[in-house]
Amino acid sequence: MLKDFLKKYFGRSLWVYHCNSGGCNGCDIEVVNVLTPYYDVERFGIKLVGSPRHADVMLCQGPAGRATAPALKRAYEAVPEPKLVFAIGSCACGGGLWHDTYNVIGPIEKVIPVHFYIPGCPPRPEAIIYGVALALGAVEKKAVPTEYHPVKFPIVRYHPEDIHVENGWATYDKLEKV
Amino acid sequence: MYLLSKIKETILSLKAGRVTLTYPVDPRPVPERFRGRPVFQPDKCIGCAGCANNCPAREILIADPCQEMRVVMYLGRRCTYCGRCADLCPEKAIVMSREYENASPKITDIRQNLEIWMGTCQRCGRCFKDAGPLDQLMMKGYRFDDLSAELWVYKSKDYLDGEPVVKDIDIELD
Repeated sequence: MLKDFLKKYFGRSLWVYHCNSGGCNGCDIEVVNVLTPYYDVERFGIKLVGSPRHADVMLCQGPAGRATAPALKRAYEAVPEPKLVFAIGSCACGGGLWHDTYNVIGPIEKVIPVHFYIPGCPPRPEAIIYGVALALGAVEKKAVPTEYHPVKFPIVRYHPEDIHVENGWATYDKLEKV
Repeated sequence: MYLLSKIKETILSLKAGRVTLTYPVDPRPVPERFRGRPVFQPDKCIGCAGCANNCPAREILIADPCQEMRVVMYLGRRCTYCGRCADLCPEKAIVMSREYENASPKITDIRQNLEIWMGTCQRCGRCFKDAGPLDQLMMKGYRFDDLSAELWVYKSKDYLDGEPVVKDIDIELD
């Protein structure tokens, strides 16, 4: 559903606005690196613009700080609809290493809605291109959550309230749940 | 002179050739020592929780739902791929893979849950008593967490007026 939506509204060139709300500039350098001739994203029509009013996509780096969160919210509201938000780096995705300090509110998803996450500290330029290409539907998604459940060991427990007395014999009902 | 410098520049830029990488079409290899997403191997893990104790971003969480089970949760949202967990794992159960294409529309796509079967002392079952108030000051890492009260979650969202868009991320405990 999201893919159809993206194809309908973001089928043409994406203009990106890059917004740092208190990061260390590592992710900014990688975003700028994406625009260099080596990882030339302008061949996909992705262009960096200076004002959020011209942009379709917001690339957010850095956690939502106490002072920068209202500004981040204002910048998000200035982007015309429809808009996409990318959280780039571990600060924007999860609050960063200093997630529990007094001036960090947390990940930017506490302030503005986020559509795509690109974790990494900083993410490689390829990872950023991969994230944008994933949004455009050019590549397959690779990240899947993994879970491991060992062999279940059923422990049978008996409780006094499960005793049935019939004909002088006390019988237990086996409990399935532990 | 001016024209000569321009010609020189043209020759230089023609010499460089085409440098643009064809990344999204062709795969791009990473350097030898690159650290990507950590991969937890559950068959090797003994549940010592050293990774949770020493994670700088506090992204590996430990929950003990019962005495025989320990749940290791790697959420990976703010993981900086520092490799400390892989470094100090005594069984080398954590491997820093070279995967960097972790972008996803859901942040929970990069999480890993392990349920580790823990053997218990069948004699008394209470070999480890609870820490006193003085010992609690010395605690670090996962022993500091109070997962039932979600004390690991920061509670500083009150600075913004209005409701936050996304609430605090809940940990799903079965």
